[in-house]
Amino acid sequence: MTLAPEAPTPSPGKLTDLFQLGLDAPICLTWELTYACNLSCVHCLSSSGRRDPRELTTDECKAVIDTLERMQVFYVNIGGGEPTVRPDFWELVDYATAHHVGVKFSTNGVRLDEAAAARLAASDYVDVQISLDGATREVNDAVRGAGSFDTAMRAMRNLRDAGFRGFKLSVVMTRQNIPQIDAFKEIADEFGAQLRLTRLRPSGRGADVWDELHPLPAQQRELYEWLVGHGDQVLTGDSFFHLSAFGSALPGLNLCGAGRVVCLIDPVGDVYACPFAIHENFLAGNVRSAGGFETLWRSSELFADLRKPDTGGACRSCGFYDSCRGGCMAAKFFTGLPMDGPDPECVQGYGESALASVASVAAPRPSVDHSHRTAPRQAGGPVAVAIGRRRPPAHDCDESPLAGFDTPEPGAPAGCC
Amino acid sequence: MPEVTFDLDRAWRVDPRVSMRPEPFGALLYHFGTRRLSFLKNQTVLAVVRSLADHPSARAACLSSGVAEAELPAYARALAALASSKMITERIPHDSGA
Repeated sequence: MTLAPEAPTPSPGKLTDLFQLGLDAPICLTWELTYACNLSCVHCLSSSGRRDPRELTTDECKAVIDTLERMQVFYVNIGGGEPTVRPDFWELVDYATAHHVGVKFSTNGVRLDEAAAARLAASDYVDVQISLDGATREVNDAVRGAGSFDTAMRAMRNLRDAGFRGFKLSVVMTRQNIPQIDAFKEIADEFGAQLRLTRLRPSGRGADVWDELHPLPAQQRELYEWLVGHGDQVLTGDSFFHLSAFGSALPGLNLCGAGRVVCLIDPVGDVYACPFAIHENFLAGNVRSAGGFETLWRSSELFADLRKPDTGGACRSCGFYDSCRGGCMAAKFFTGLPMDGPDPECVQGYGESALASVASVAAPRPSVDHSHRTAPRQAGGPVAVAIGRRRPPAHDCDESPLAGFDTPEPGAPAGCC
Repeated sequence: MPEVTFDLDRAWRVDPRVSMRPEPFGALLYHFGTRRLSFLKNQTVLAVVRSLADHPSARAACLSSGVAEAELPAYARALAALASSKMITERIPHDSGA
């Protein structure tokens, strides 16, 4: 978000406060087009793999786009699964942009051949995020599967060669790849891409590997300092607002946007508060219901509840509450922590003690699982990732790095409200 | 915020690649070229921005939207921020820019 005009006349209040009460329409939303995926990433936030037979049809998708156009949703973050494996993927992209709904889509690159890259380079209204979770083949493929590093690199080469400037290289930050953060920047620079770093959530299959993959406390500090040092050169989907409690606020909307400014439409049309919260507790309804998405966004009980002002709960007495606002709802939920307490990765250390107190309680499991049933891809290389600790190791997917409120990507209301 | 200058006496318009959505507090703007989001903080600045293309100068757009002379510098700063993020661009005065 650019620093918008300073209030020339008495301001109606902080923008964050206004956003907290929700908007008439999302700024953007995440739309997972399919649960089908050619990969089996160990941390897939949507537990993707197999296509769901109830997937929205082409016509139903177009009807959703019509609704988004009417609501003036600026753009959709399309993900999956691997969205490009839907046979009607390009048709839907064209339909959306023709109807004034911009498209950003996340892909592992599997279908980004030269022709696709040329097509993308020609449009102002389509942006691409290539997912890569290691700056080396070893680190990446241990998480995303054998061959996925080469696939992503080939896709980025094709985009660069087609003249597409400023596509996104999207990385989920993990214990294993935080030491490679400068190397990621070099890769992005090499391809004329912009680096986008997002937070690992214990969502979907991510819950199974979170203990081994989430950054260590010292790494969180390292990441925070890197983000502060690189300012607006790097995008974050505003996903690291929990790190703001280290000191100064990071650029972006330091607020959980779930149900307020963003939400998720999943492949079968279910509407969730955020992409990291695929669980019945965060399910507002289905776009196939009477009134469709518009009614759900404006009238669902769940969203009304999420738009109530935060009370802060157990965090209220913490001096950093105004910075982090208690962190990520989904991260708390899937680690078994109460919604009104600290984030499991609270940088003030309250998360660890909170986790210790709930250790014996089973954390909620995702309600939906489309993981492949076939044998898992073997993780190789030096990164020891115990795949599927809590369940049979059968995975795949594309992490959709469309952060909880991916919305005001660059820059922030910091200081402007 | 760095000091920015903005020429109130030139003709401006909203970039054609900008989508503007009214909100209770003002409006949200999204630029499809830069893929940046911005916002207008109140109804008056929204009225100014909306009418830029209809006036020979930004000053005229401000005054016709009810901005007082004394408030012009503040509005110039607001418009400067929009210009620096390419949300609004200069146009040839007699081109409506619509």
